Amino acid sequence: MTAPGSAGSASGAKVMALHLGVIAILFVAQFLLPAYHLSAFTRIMVLAVYALGYNILFGYTGLLSLGHAMFFAAGLYGVGLGARFLGLNPLSAFLFGSLAGGIFACVIGLVVLRTSGVAFMIVTLMFAQAGYLTILLFNDVTRGDEGFVLETTERQVTIAGGLLDFAAPHAAYNVALALFTGAMAFCLFLVRSPIGRVFIAIRENEERTRMLGYNAYRYKLAALTVSGILSAMAGAAYALLFGYIGASFASIQYSIFALLWVLLGGTGTILGPLVGTALMFYLVDASSEVTSSYLIVVGAILILLVLFFPKGLLGSLRRKKLRWLP
Amino acid sequence: MTVDRSPTFLETRGLGRRFGGLTAVDSVDLMLNAGEIRAVIGPNGAGKTTLVSMICGRVPPSAGNILFDGADITRLKPWERVARGIVYTFQITSVFRNLSCFDNVALAAERSLTLQHGLRSAFDTRGLVAPVMTALQRVGLEARRDELAGNLSYGHQRLLEVAMGLALRPKLLILDEPTQGLSEAEIVGFCRLIRDLAGETTILLIEHNMDVVMELAQRITVMADGNILAEGSPAEIMANAEVQRAYLGT
Repeated sequence: MTAPGSAGSASGAKVMALHLGVIAILFVAQFLLPAYHLSAFTRIMVLAVYALGYNILFGYTGLLSLGHAMFFAAGLYGVGLGARFLGLNPLSAFLFGSLAGGIFACVIGLVVLRTSGVAFMIVTLMFAQAGYLTILLFNDVTRGDEGFVLETTERQVTIAGGLLDFAAPHAAYNVALALFTGAMAFCLFLVRSPIGRVFIAIRENEERTRMLGYNAYRYKLAALTVSGILSAMAGAAYALLFGYIGASFASIQYSIFALLWVLLGGTGTILGPLVGTALMFYLVDASSEVTSSYLIVVGAILILLVLFFPKGLLGSLRRKKLRWLP
Repeated sequence: MTVDRSPTFLETRGLGRRFGGLTAVDSVDLMLNAGEIRAVIGPNGAGKTTLVSMICGRVPPSAGNILFDGADITRLKPWERVARGIVYTFQITSVFRNLSCFDNVALAAERSLTLQHGLRSAFDTRGLVAPVMTALQRVGLEARRDELAGNLSYGHQRLLEVAMGLALRPKLLILDEPTQGLSEAEIVGFCRLIRDLAGETTILLIEHNMDVVMELAQRITVMADGNILAEGSPAEIMANAEVQRAYLGT
């Protein structure tokens, strides 16, 4: 693992150049990509924000949650229900959804962070299942499994006299890119700050961290809350950009996805979540064109990846070549 | 230290700890003066590590009280004790192996900075470099600042552990078998370091190497079977027949 903040300004410049480069490539890509891939990448960037949030808790603080779908869904339903029942415009709905996820994470954290290891996985899973079943239970409000679609007007906002329509492909792409850029910059800043160093210290050796005078519980709660807010922001953006809100997003599957994307890309790396999300998306996409039993193909490739890149793509790369990678 | 304080800096009253049926520490009354170097010796299983673990808060006591710097700290959490100046360095080396030496010490220095200046220093990395490098220099590891702690030799890891302790600006520094596994030359350097520190902080040292104990300690506490067997100056302890029978074996 690299050392945040200590590696000097030379690697600081390299880090800046790499991440700005990635953003620049994503920006230029919108003029080159065909319509299908433009929409695919919009989705990938939004889901990568979800994975970034997951990675703060799992990759940097060392807490494996199996319930992050509840935070993603908090953002998703925050927007959906906020627009439908509270008449919120898209921007306030987005804030409402993100905030809901943050409050959710903080309150649940007070309970679940009393456990660790396997118990933590089970308790987070349990809370997420309770959330999922609650959505199904209030079928009248949430439309349950079937879900509901946002009206066109609920996905439009006037900014400085211009109309921003989240349903328009290029607008959606740029909104997703802006969200991803902001989330990535924030995560980069966080993990290279002294607070991020404490997160990493907790992952490496919690007891030692405590004996250095840190209240580990408080730091873990902060990590979970930040992680919950980022996941909810992704969920909120997903609702606005794709217009569909359904209970499947709150299911265990979406909690596992976040874990899988982060593991594939590289736990505890900043670009890993994007790489993992994109890789998984295109793996499923390409293999389902060839065969209807595409999950077998995906599974085989995943096993190969784990064999040759045990720390995820970027994690293994960092171990071998690029120690400065944050 | 110019601060005026009562001569007794740390005091334990009837401090005890039972693990199930096993009494690790029975009932210990220990008194430490500010600024002294105290060694705790005793055979394996005498309860030395359990005693200091209760003082630093890793292990909650099952009986008794701990008074530090004029306050009862028996119920305080470990991190609250660090804030008051009690710093523990581990017997089993537990540096952060995947972090650089700099980051290991920075974690400690950061904590003492935020304790002094509040959270605003939590995002200021520049103020951190000087105290970190000072601590690394004191133990002679400044040239290895960017090396991963896990790649250091065992002796250097022990020194890094001490540097982390120093960066916390301890009032009471507890060293649990610090010279275990060090080479002769490293032990000489270590003793010099501890003598240097003597004016700044009170030191509680658990040690098996009698040469180190005799050279450094002003007073020695001998433990056996969870109790204090004897206490006195190095010369008194060497002359004590009971201690010789129980521990020194000569």
